[in-house]
Amino acid sequence: MRALAAALLTILAVLAGPAAANVAAPTAQDPVAARRSVDLARKLRCLVCQNQSIAESNADLAVDLRRQIDEQIAAGRTDAEIVAFMTDRYGDFVLYRPPLKATTVLLWAGPALLLLLAVLVLRRALRQQAKTPAPAPLTEEERALAARLLREQAAPGSDRTQ
Amino acid sequence: MNRFLLPFGIFLVLLGFLFVGLKLNPREVPSPLIGKPVPEFTLPQLHEPAQAFSPQSMRGRVWLLNVWASWCVSCRDEHPLLVEFARSNPVAIIGLNYKDKPDDARAWLAQLGNPYALSVSDRDGRVGIDFGVYGVPETFVIDKQGIIRHKQIGAVTADALREKILPLIRELEQG
Repeated sequence: MRALAAALLTILAVLAGPAAANVAAPTAQDPVAARRSVDLARKLRCLVCQNQSIAESNADLAVDLRRQIDEQIAAGRTDAEIVAFMTDRYGDFVLYRPPLKATTVLLWAGPALLLLLAVLVLRRALRQQAKTPAPAPLTEEERALAARLLREQAAPGSDRTQ
Repeated sequence: MNRFLLPFGIFLVLLGFLFVGLKLNPREVPSPLIGKPVPEFTLPQLHEPAQAFSPQSMRGRVWLLNVWASWCVSCRDEHPLLVEFARSNPVAIIGLNYKDKPDDARAWLAQLGNPYALSVSDRDGRVGIDFGVYGVPETFVIDKQGIIRHKQIGAVTADALREKILPLIRELEQG
């Protein structure tokens, strides 16, 4: 019984661990502001550990930037203003969802272009396949030849059933 | 033969992309501050906390802003270069002592030499954020009009100094 309880506790701890570690605790107190703060922080890339958002990262800089977000929310800035504050300093790179502009057109259109290219290639291949004529039916002679070859192959010491 | 040509071409293009990708450093994020005026700030000086420094006082001069900290390992790497740079003194280096304890910072400079005309204490890193600092050390080249012209991310190397920073300083001094 005790072993079972211990096992259950371990499983719970393992399950709870990553969930709790996923997002660092917001520093804002007001729940609405905290929600906004976390939502904003999730959209922003941490430049120190580049594959984490600043909501996930506990790098010093991420902590400082979360503090900036909280302060600016408290100061009544809009989300757009806060995002602009970040991109003014760190560039579009901090945005997990980069804006559509001349330098990012390829980034946004790239997958669609590749898909289009793939569809075109596929269509061409299918058309070509359709165009190749079906093999002509065998003539009488060919049929006889094939039958003879099959017989010859089966004949010597044949233990196969016909 | 012909039908292998297209896949082979695509393969070569891919190879080219990957090869270029090998040499790119994803940690070097181009700063949007290049070509923009240096962010305004007023911070206490490291050695004379009663006195403040603001970049406005550097108008009309080309200068470097070097972000450093006593806890920063790569700062130790670049430090001898900065000391040497200061000795030949082409332009002043202002140190932005980033998220550091002033006592530690002063001790660090006393031990390793002080290449800075002066350093300012950015204890909570707010000015650092205004400069888009994300990896200490960073070095900014600022022209006479107070425009940021170059940002070196990570330690200054002898190569970077010789090939980029010094020629840029000479060019800016002319202007």
